[in-house]
Amino acid sequence: MSALIAAATPTTTWYLVLAAVLFGIGTVGVLVRRNPLVMFMCIELMLNAVNLSFVALAKRLGDIGGQTTVFFVMVVAAAEVVVGLGIIVSIMRKRPGANVDDISALKG
Amino acid sequence: MLDLIWLIPALPLAGFILILLFGRLLGEPKSGILAASMVGASFVVTVAVFFELLSKTTEERHHVLTAFSWMPIGSLHVDLAFLADPLSITMALFVTGIGSLIHLYAIGYMHGDPKFSKFFLYLNLFVFSMLMLVMGENLLVTFLGWEGVGTCSYFLISFWHTRESAATAGKKAFVTNRVGDWGVMMAMFLAFGATGTLSYAGINHAAESGALSAVTATGIAMMLFIGACGKSAQLPLYIWLPDAMEGPTPVSALIHAATMVTAGVFLMTRISPVLSIAYDWAPTVIAVVGVATALFAATVAVAQTDIKKVLAYSTVSQLGFMFLAIGSGAYVAAIFHMVTHAFFKALLFLGSGSVIHGMHHEQDMRKMGALRVLMPITALTFIVGWLAIAGVPPFAGFWSKDEILLFAFAKSPILYVVGMITALLTAYYMTRQVIMVFFGEARWNDHSEENGAHGDFKPHESPKVMLAPLVVLAGLSIVGGALQLPFNHNTKFLEKWLEPVIEFGEKDISGTWADNNKYILLIVAIVVALTGIAVSYLVYSKKKFAAIEPNVMAQGWFYDKGISNFMGGPGRKAFDGITWADRTIVDGAVNGVGKLVQGAGGFLRKGQTGAVRSYAAAVGLGVVALLVWFFVRGVVL
Amino acid sequence: MELVVFVFAAAMILVGGIGVVLRSHPVHAALSLILTLFGVAVIFVSQEAHFLAAVQVIVYAGAIVVLFLFVIMLLGVDRTEDIKTEPFKVQRPLAIIVGLGVTGLVTAAVITSRDVVATRGAGIIEPAMTDPDSNIRQLSRSVFGDYVVAFEVTSVLLVVAVVGTVLLTRKVKPASKESQ
Repeated sequence: MSALIAAATPTTTWYLVLAAVLFGIGTVGVLVRRNPLVMFMCIELMLNAVNLSFVALAKRLGDIGGQTTVFFVMVVAAAEVVVGLGIIVSIMRKRPGANVDDISALKG
Repeated sequence: MLDLIWLIPALPLAGFILILLFGRLLGEPKSGILAASMVGASFVVTVAVFFELLSKTTEERHHVLTAFSWMPIGSLHVDLAFLADPLSITMALFVTGIGSLIHLYAIGYMHGDPKFSKFFLYLNLFVFSMLMLVMGENLLVTFLGWEGVGTCSYFLISFWHTRESAATAGKKAFVTNRVGDWGVMMAMFLAFGATGTLSYAGINHAAESGALSAVTATGIAMMLFIGACGKSAQLPLYIWLPDAMEGPTPVSALIHAATMVTAGVFLMTRISPVLSIAYDWAPTVIAVVGVATALFAATVAVAQTDIKKVLAYSTVSQLGFMFLAIGSGAYVAAIFHMVTHAFFKALLFLGSGSVIHGMHHEQDMRKMGALRVLMPITALTFIVGWLAIAGVPPFAGFWSKDEILLFAFAKSPILYVVGMITALLTAYYMTRQVIMVFFGEARWNDHSEENGAHGDFKPHESPKVMLAPLVVLAGLSIVGGALQLPFNHNTKFLEKWLEPVIEFGEKDISGTWADNNKYILLIVAIVVALTGIAVSYLVYSKKKFAAIEPNVMAQGWFYDKGISNFMGGPGRKAFDGITWADRTIVDGAVNGVGKLVQGAGGFLRKGQTGAVRSYAAAVGLGVVALLVWFFVRGVVL
Repeated sequence: MELVVFVFAAAMILVGGIGVVLRSHPVHAALSLILTLFGVAVIFVSQEAHFLAAVQVIVYAGAIVVLFLFVIMLLGVDRTEDIKTEPFKVQRPLAIIVGLGVTGLVTAAVITSRDVVATRGAGIIEPAMTDPDSNIRQLSRSVFGDYVVAFEVTSVLLVVAVVGTVLLTRKVKPASKESQ
């Protein structure tokens, strides 16, 4: 048993598959949830999945550029969250009972 | 002089324009005199051109004057050109000659009519159109004139348009002519397609040189014949001519006796080379239709009571004779009969107009009688016309009719017999008309309370301006036969004159039984004519036998009514069906496309939910699709 | 050893992720998010990205999620969302298709190309007892060396984001509204 455990080392592929699964979970969450804040959190999940795959590949390829990219992604994600939450605050301020489906002025 | 042949149609056109601008100013009778002098001047020019052509040799009698290039479109090159050759000058001579006489007559006939100037406006326009028709160098100029005379015919028939019957008659004439015009247009398309030109010289040359196939020639000839049936009132398109008597009598004389209705005969003669290389059944069809129409119309004329309707059906009948001639290959005889018919039919119509004028617009022959005493000159000229049409020598009609029957016999004895029966009937009904109108007892006061006549109503003779043309035409009817006497080659002036035009198509009957025994046939014709006159005299004057005028003949064998019923009944249903098909299928298809787009739009509209999540779902689907694409490209390919 | 770490971290990540999607209370969802972020940080460490692991915890879990919680509390959107019903009937099946599609395709791509991935860089310097800051050093050399322009631009972006958000969320007074 311990031999089996010792033998199987997670390869890059495992990490990448994990990232893919996390990405998928995030996508489903964005499409299914109606609360704008929870939708935003799911987007953060997707971003994290991408970060994960960058870091795994950086290790695999031996290129520090992957980690640099993650650095920048995190910065931009922070900025994005700030702006996004600001927008949500200004829209949802007037409406009690936040539901993203209520913003349907473009309904044709 | 030949360079001035454009003046021949231009002068009536100038008259038209002048009356258009100044007609109301000129008033009566100046506008009439202007119109008559324009046509008279045109006649003078035509005579001058005639003499100039006479001075040339036979081959040189063919002059084309091009006014301008009308339609230079690709390979189609049509000029507005005039052709002066024996046939066109012959036609122009009697169109302008008889036209000017009738213009003169109309000044007197239309006296007091509030639309006096308008009448002469239309008359001049008509003469212009007719001259374009006969002097055209190509089918398109002729067609221009063809349509023009049809239009003027409509204007003039419905001249007293406040009368509903007149307006309807005008429409009927125009629509029926239109059916025939389709044939002319098809012929033009065929001719252009086969020869690349519309000019008579080109088409006839193609026919004579063998460049035109028999099929195409038959097509062209038959299509033009359909047009001729419409314009020249043959079965089945004759129905407009009797109704056209609603127009004033000068109109009936000019258009429906002397000129417009002969346009069909003229056209067939123009393309005689084409007709002669067509299949044999084509001329036979023309001859049969002609003689059938002649007989049919003659039977109907026997039972008519309106003085003008008798003459209308008589015109249809005589036109049938002309087509019989064309079908038998006797183009000279057809033109000869056309000329003599123009003389005596115009005379008869103008004479009837004089009678109607004198009877204060009474047209029913049963209310006339014994008018020769009160209207002597009218009666005398009318009698000359009667003798001419009945075929009594030495008057003009006898010679021309006999020539036609000679050629008809050479083609088929049956045609001859039917033609003879028609000639008999012609003599019969014309004698009937003369007796009813001018002889017997005076019947005009019998029902004077009915027509609101004032007590002692007396018919009177017409003014001199109306009588002068009658006298001239009577003179022409007497001597007109001299144009083509059948005795020997020297007396056949018309044939020698028309030779360059018809020599290719004219049938040569020398040596046939008919030709060898032509004097016997001559005698037979005289006997038949006299028999007709005698029988009619016995029936109507001596009252020895009862008059046979069954209603079925008076109603034109119910042919006209039959067409109306058919068009109104099943015809209407067919048209309703077509309208339904147009509305449902054609419009439905077009509207259907619109509805389809609308429906599709409405369906797609449901995708615009306005909700972020559905848009996100769409984006997600797009991503998946892209990923599939890249995967397939990367792995499979 | 690495396997244990991987399994543990993977479990944290997946449980947290599913929690974010399935918890109806937004605060619960935020806490699940933190779980996921910690899991990701663990994997960062195992992949020799120590600095990033720290940044992940401090910035992501410490600042961003806190921001989320602030807004949740501020707007009173702590009411639970009715997760049972779905107004667009087609949305859930579509979501499943999209999710499975994306996951499956990326996985398939990754697996089929696993042999193609080859070494190309200079290599990640693993920290040793003698050189504990090697990762930060290498990373900073990259950021301030090869990618310094991106660094500057990103700092501008941060400023713009902050200014923009302040403008967006300003409560406009009625008087100044007319003057606009």
